[in-house]
Amino acid sequence: MPETRDEDTAVRGLDALELQPRRGTTDRSPGQVLARAWAVTWPKLAALTLVLVAWQVVVWSGWRSEWVFPGPDRVLPTLFHEITTPEFWEAVRVTMRRAFTGFALALAVGVVIGLAVSRFGPLRVAIGSLITGLQTMPSIVWFPFAMLLYGISESAIMFVIVLGAAPSIAGGLTSGIDYVQPSLLRAGKAMGLRGVQHYSLLIIPAALPMFVTGLKQGWAFAWRSLMAGELLVIINQQNSIGWALSQARQLNDAERLLAYVIIVLAIGVLIDLFFNWADRSLRRKWGIAR
Amino acid sequence: MTTITASRTDANAVDIDDISKVFGRGQGAVTAIDGMSIHVRKGEFLAILGASGCGKSTLLSLVAGLETPTSGNVSVGEHRVAMMFQEAALFPWLTVGANVEVPMKVDKVPKAERDKRVADLLELVRLTGFDRKRPHELSGGMRQRVALARALAQDADVLLMDEPFGALDAMTRDILHDELERIWRERSLTIMFVTHNVREAVRLGDRVVLLSSRPGRLIAEFEVAGERPRRIDSALIAEQAAGITDRLRAEVARHA
Repeated sequence: MPETRDEDTAVRGLDALELQPRRGTTDRSPGQVLARAWAVTWPKLAALTLVLVAWQVVVWSGWRSEWVFPGPDRVLPTLFHEITTPEFWEAVRVTMRRAFTGFALALAVGVVIGLAVSRFGPLRVAIGSLITGLQTMPSIVWFPFAMLLYGISESAIMFVIVLGAAPSIAGGLTSGIDYVQPSLLRAGKAMGLRGVQHYSLLIIPAALPMFVTGLKQGWAFAWRSLMAGELLVIINQQNSIGWALSQARQLNDAERLLAYVIIVLAIGVLIDLFFNWADRSLRRKWGIAR
Repeated sequence: MTTITASRTDANAVDIDDISKVFGRGQGAVTAIDGMSIHVRKGEFLAILGASGCGKSTLLSLVAGLETPTSGNVSVGEHRVAMMFQEAALFPWLTVGANVEVPMKVDKVPKAERDKRVADLLELVRLTGFDRKRPHELSGGMRQRVALARALAQDADVLLMDEPFGALDAMTRDILHDELERIWRERSLTIMFVTHNVREAVRLGDRVVLLSSRPGRLIAEFEVAGERPRRIDSALIAEQAAGITDRLRAEVARHA
């Protein structure tokens, strides 16, 4: 068997040579990790400081009186006080519950529509451009209709969230399915993948990265619709972030108002970070990006 | 009624009888294959050579049953057919091991047996220890070996290969020729290997068939001389390849 062993060595040698330069990720020392963390942190801190300074400068300029436009020196303490109160957490809880429920509904509707459109040609011709059109529609215009349909209720808000988010989710799914590489489809066909397995083993995972992009966009629309909804559809005595915002306006409490604006921004950034993380790790796993 | 089929498939793995394949209709119709007959013996390594437009990929799709001929008949009897392409076309979201597992999931093979067969197949293509890697972490040659393992996971004894080494560098291709030859013998496979590389055809094939272009027709057949394992740079291969290249050139020149 000396000949076989020869071949074996040749193959293994070639594999080793081919793989060598691909090893891009080496273990980093703790110092390097810290340096890297600092490299991505300081520009953010600098930008934040700059915003705070600019804000304070505008306040000092006396452009508006301070009870309408308070500076960070007054808003930030209000914010820190606010987040220690149970009312605040109750408001966040209600708002996030609405956000997740609405998003889950939009997800279900979006997936069904997306699958149907990608599966049936006539349906795509019929409502394909409608889906794109709906995505560009400012969801706030649905509220008067939603309030007629459902009254001043959470259902009205859910209705608008679904209308706002489902088109993006459906669109992400359809384009994900449309852009599955033809070579993979051919391989799947050659392996005899069909029916449910064609979807579960090939189409769905292949479409996943673009689907996640659709989810991310859908979330953005859901979140905007929800905020608009909580400001417009004021459900009596029901605490929420939107309710807190309109309360603060009615009481001319600018500090509290701005504190809640910052909260809305922070929640948006957090969820966006999560989607980016999901997107990146998917792409890395799929080998689309490193 | 099975007598004719039985006597045929006894000796042959693949019978292609006077097939034609026309794409489209009317004015825009394109004849990809016109009256082609090829009989592949059981265990034979058949190399199929042709310039662009000879319908070689169509031919393989017909044998794989992915398409049906416009006229004529393709029969593979009881044989199971698997296919490999120029791109490995591995699923990027699956590990190497999971990729090899896919055809067995289609065949509803139980998990324990799947694991065992994945290990065996990876050993066969000398990729033991790579089962948890992802396709993008491998080189082109390694990916093609995974694709080969995945094709064999279909439990196929007829392997259709559509320029499988076309995108690889010469050194890798040379080593993969040895590997494919070894696996062909170990597994008693029947192989239909499409290529446009004459030396590759002569290096690997028991027999080389030459196809014409537009429409694809069988124009010549060559039995390859020389003991295996052959070397692609041997004088005997070069000599036979030169003769076939002349025929191929004459065929291409016809379209000038």
